[in-house]
Amino acid sequence: MKAKVVLFSLLALAAVSGAAAKSIELLNVSYDPTRELYVDYNKAFATYWKAKTGDDVTVKQSHGGSGKQARGVIDGLPADVVTLALAADVDALYDVAKLIPQDWQKRLPQNSTPYTSTIVFLVRKGNPLGLKDWDDLVKPGVSIITPNPKTSGGARWNYLAAWAYAKHKQGSDEAAKAFVASLYKNVPVLDSGARGATTTFVQRGIGDVLLAWENEAFLALKEFGSDKFEIVVPSLSILAEPPVSIVDKVVKKKGTEAVAKAYLEYLYSAEGQDIAGRNFYRPRDPAAAAKYAGVFPRLELVTIDAEFGGWAKAQKTHFADGGVFDQIYSK
Amino acid sequence: MSSKVKRRNVLPGFGLSLGFTLIYLSLIVLIPLSAAFIKTAGMSWADFVTAVSSPRVLASYRLSFGVSLIAALINAFFGLILAWVLVRYTFPGRRVVDALVDLPFALPTAVAGIALTAIYSKNGWAGQWLEPLWARGIHQLTVLVPAVDWENWLGGKLAFDRPGIFLALTFVGLPFVVRTLQPVLADLEPELEEAAATLGANRWQTMTRVILPELMPALITGFALAFARALGEYGSVVFIAGNMPQHSEITPLLIITKLEQYDYRGATAIAVVMLVASFVLLLLINLLQKWSRRYYRI
Repeated sequence: MKAKVVLFSLLALAAVSGAAAKSIELLNVSYDPTRELYVDYNKAFATYWKAKTGDDVTVKQSHGGSGKQARGVIDGLPADVVTLALAADVDALYDVAKLIPQDWQKRLPQNSTPYTSTIVFLVRKGNPLGLKDWDDLVKPGVSIITPNPKTSGGARWNYLAAWAYAKHKQGSDEAAKAFVASLYKNVPVLDSGARGATTTFVQRGIGDVLLAWENEAFLALKEFGSDKFEIVVPSLSILAEPPVSIVDKVVKKKGTEAVAKAYLEYLYSAEGQDIAGRNFYRPRDPAAAAKYAGVFPRLELVTIDAEFGGWAKAQKTHFADGGVFDQIYSK
Repeated sequence: MSSKVKRRNVLPGFGLSLGFTLIYLSLIVLIPLSAAFIKTAGMSWADFVTAVSSPRVLASYRLSFGVSLIAALINAFFGLILAWVLVRYTFPGRRVVDALVDLPFALPTAVAGIALTAIYSKNGWAGQWLEPLWARGIHQLTVLVPAVDWENWLGGKLAFDRPGIFLALTFVGLPFVVRTLQPVLADLEPELEEAAATLGANRWQTMTRVILPELMPALITGFALAFARALGEYGSVVFIAGNMPQHSEITPLLIITKLEQYDYRGATAIAVVMLVASFVLLLLINLLQKWSRRYYRI
């Protein structure tokens, strides 16, 4: 009898304290190079959320190729939020499975992209071939490592950056196509993802230059030592915007909408922006951007909206079956 | 009186076991595979034809079937020798060698791919010697027979080119041939060879008239298994193939490429073509095996 009373009071206590401090679990489905960023950020957000609401929030992370991750969510991976490499992959959540509204990218400031990055060159120490800009890459004998844009989100940014450079320099789409074609002539291996390409370049020692996300290039320097590689920044590149979104259908079902929204909004806060800068992503916030101005070299950055009319159009023109990329390789 | 006598099987329970077989086969094989067909059924015929017959896809069929065939043939030849040595001779370390044969079964294929790439790439410890040799060989061939674009056909490099695909497929296919041949070889008594010798057969005749006919059905089965395994292989090949469009892209990679573009139907369409083609080929090989069994009966 006594034991029963104790048990009941314990249960009641648990119920009360449960109501006071909930323990929430979120799943953030992201792409490969954000691993370190979100490890930092999740800690910061948990502290912030605890102070604000008293609830404990644990964020689980899932990383992989951006397209593969989006397919996982489409096929039922219960992601509360997605933080992917490019808008096209988030668009697919609407196009294929209607998990989010069509205008998802308008819900958060700056195209739902709290941090940006760009495409730079990673070369071997001392830059033996003296590669300075995109023009140098198409010279005969230069070997370029970049993944297949049809399978890798990062590689699509690489391709579009090269295209934008040629278009700005020479003016016409035909010239840009010829330029990109000659660039891909110098590519000996098309890995299926960005991490695979980094391995080919860093571990296998294949190629003279790796086209890489700026944050990946910084990470490679940090990990493998700046005595082996160096970063070369071209005169012009593309503003890579890896966007974020809540997954409406999932958060409504799980009842995590408020916290998932707060999780993404906090990325825009001073602390969130600082964490992004610390992890080699370019912060949007002017104050944070000023703080990390010394880290990120200045260069001309073009946007996909201004240059290519948005992802949907770029995707269709360049990377769909029979698109420009296929034409480059058809004999 | 009545000629209607119920034919009885010697073994009871035929109906039950057949039912069980069909259900099991359906659950494990047919239902998952039919999903591919159902998904494809949503396409119009024109879309289907476009999806499965674009130049890039056609090139990948040629490559996948071609290299798988060559790899399986090489495996059939060397696998026979390996099995022969393992069964017929005792030598120190035989058990270890025997166990090694199974490694390609157990190793995750991605690991195999990364390992092969590390060894055969131009700064790998075998690749740094072999790649220049290979390149010189290709050059010699081009000098001898300039009409053929050897570098395009055979690949100018070892890793990150067609030879890499061949290496990976040979690696994954080997155990199938060895393991199918071993029990048959073990059953093949050496007395048969002795009898052939006493009847005046020379070694070549013993080999071609006595041993090979006995082994032929198992050899064909092993070859078919190795071939089928090579056709479906993805994990190890993508690391070593270089994946250049219309040159070193295997069909499974194109299926993944379609999936990456959220083109589920396009992906399953190619998968259906692969399935049907593989099924027809395996059926043909099975018929060949049956025929060989009859033909070679002593």
